[in-house]
Amino acid sequence: MEVQLIKIEKRNDVSRSIYFLTPVLAIFLTLLGGGIIFYILGFNPIEALKFFFITPISDLYGLSELLVKATPLCLIAIGLSFCFKSNNWNIGAEGQLIFGGIVGGGVALLFYNHDGFYVLPIIILSGAIGGMLFAMIPAILKTYFNTNEILVSLMLVYVAKLLLDYLVVGPWSNPEGFNFPETRQFSESARMPILFDGLRIHAGIFITLITVFLSWLILYKTYLGFQIKVSGLSLKTAKYAGYKGKTMIIIVFMISGACAGLAGVGEITGPIGQLHRNISPDYGFTAIIVAFLGRLNPVGIIFASLIVALTYLGAETAQIFLQVPKYTGQVFQGMILFFLLGSDYLLFFKIKFLGLKKNEL
Amino acid sequence: MYKNFLRYIISVLFLLGVSGQANADFKVGFVYVGPTGDHGWTYQHDEGRKAVEAAGIKTTYVESVPEGADAERVIRQLAQSGHDLIFTTSFGYMDPTNKVAKDFPNVKFEHATGYKREHSNVSTYSARFYEGRTLLGHMAGKMTKTNVIGYIASFPIPEVIRGINAMTLAAQKVNPDIKTKIVWVFTWYDPGKESEAAQALIDQGADVIMQHTDSTAPVQVAEKAGVWSFGQASDMQRFAPKSILTSIIDDWAPYYVERSIAARDGTWKQQDTWHGLKEGMVAMAPYNSAMGSDLVKEVEQLQKDLASGKTHSFTGPIYDQKGNILVAEGSVADDGMLAGMNVYVKGVEGDIPQ
Repeated sequence: MEVQLIKIEKRNDVSRSIYFLTPVLAIFLTLLGGGIIFYILGFNPIEALKFFFITPISDLYGLSELLVKATPLCLIAIGLSFCFKSNNWNIGAEGQLIFGGIVGGGVALLFYNHDGFYVLPIIILSGAIGGMLFAMIPAILKTYFNTNEILVSLMLVYVAKLLLDYLVVGPWSNPEGFNFPETRQFSESARMPILFDGLRIHAGIFITLITVFLSWLILYKTYLGFQIKVSGLSLKTAKYAGYKGKTMIIIVFMISGACAGLAGVGEITGPIGQLHRNISPDYGFTAIIVAFLGRLNPVGIIFASLIVALTYLGAETAQIFLQVPKYTGQVFQGMILFFLLGSDYLLFFKIKFLGLKKNEL
Repeated sequence: MYKNFLRYIISVLFLLGVSGQANADFKVGFVYVGPTGDHGWTYQHDEGRKAVEAAGIKTTYVESVPEGADAERVIRQLAQSGHDLIFTTSFGYMDPTNKVAKDFPNVKFEHATGYKREHSNVSTYSARFYEGRTLLGHMAGKMTKTNVIGYIASFPIPEVIRGINAMTLAAQKVNPDIKTKIVWVFTWYDPGKESEAAQALIDQGADVIMQHTDSTAPVQVAEKAGVWSFGQASDMQRFAPKSILTSIIDDWAPYYVERSIAARDGTWKQQDTWHGLKEGMVAMAPYNSAMGSDLVKEVEQLQKDLASGKTHSFTGPIYDQKGNILVAEGSVADDGMLAGMNVYVKGVEGDIPQ
């Protein structure tokens, strides 16, 4: 019997422009794949894609909703990029978001019926600190006890969720709410200012933009950013250069957790206005896709968060107008990641066919 | 005079034309909290939607809408895209529904199981599931040998506590020695947690299991363990053919059809609906003959009496766990008391989580 032998070789000369173009290619392939799926399901693919990607943002309200959805994704993904760039696999942003929400929400309830310009900043700050402290748990366990940060951060998501469950069912539940699992609506002073009347886009977007700018500054203009990048490329080099690995690991987790906590507090003081069990539709997990789709680059992440947010809105409009199942949105997200990772693989490795050879077995 | 008459005719014709057109475009939207294939809560709402569709009215649904920030957008999109009546079928949609209703005064909204009607275009509706629980209690009291009834509860809200109490009262009536053991799972739908809870109750000696959660997991556990069980929301008989004695069925179809037609014909009015066995919003699946024909007859009679109002699920004397009187002898609990119920009756074990 003869078999085809394949050898996989690393490419040495990867051009930068192609590196940043592959996400665009991935999106194009997703559109193509999505069109084929819609065609098989019996829809006109062009019309279906229009409902999916154009209709949701064809008016001001839609654009505002896109930003409302993209804001937390972008914020979390920016934070995660610090971890991922330095080879720290923080999978628990969802938990850090929820914990930030719990701390911020707790402060908001403390200031119930309390007016003052200082209320909201205190809430936002406490949310960020909450997320930061929660992210330090896997970081400290990793650096001092050599645990696996993937497992610890992931398991802590469930801890945060259950803690939130306990609080909204028990001690923090609305006294006038017939025991339903939710807190009071926060006072006006604890809510993010709305930017335009009738739209839900709120001041949280400025926090996100400032964070994006700061992270660009840290990553590309500071010594810390340089350390993070070197550690990501080669841990041995980083050690050889004498970088204090432990401190850096804790710092990137703190940044990441603070961003997730800010996202959580932005949700509860923005569109939701109270604490209940569903403050996040898994933003913390989706943000992992966003971070990689955006190439762990601040500007890339902005675009990636908009695109992924659009897949959510598109899944809703496609369901309303075409009655396609809700899960098509998740299929689109999956396809984007699949095509991106697939083209990445081919970008960095080449497949060599070595010709037919006799199988000696 | 003639001119005025002409004007009148033209405006009438115009109005007829407009309303005729509106009727043809009349659309009803549904927002679901779970997937339509959950075989419980959402499945039954979708059956109701299909009945509306069968009545010749166009419908749209959006499934698995999280009860967080996304709900408001979905409801608003339905309102914006020409839906004239929108059913939001989970408690967590209460505030978003009222928020959107404010901005769309010409669209009608119906929110299930909530209590806020902040605008005149918002109605609320729910079913008197506790009447079904009374029937379950009667059967459970008769069928149990260990005198322990296991109850898987979701959240300590009045609706769930009402069900626990109605069941316990009915079971005590036929078997004064029974005890109700409760496991709170704090979820509406989580097959894993629900089956663990069912197993825990069986291990504590319960030989009748019932649940106020939506998956089929508890009845399947009961079937395996050889104890009795009851289905929830839809007829779950085929998931546990030996074990299930009956199922409480939420039948939203008549209400959805009635309200959709009313909205289409312009006779829709704000209301708070609480229908039960009488109106058919609560229905019972066929009774399992394994409980014996005498008991089946008894339960069928009780079902008729509950529907006709001859019997009430909460007839005094009713005592709380400490022995204080809740409802005096000879009187029945009023709807206000039922709506805010937050204490257990005597015979229920444990405390309500606070």
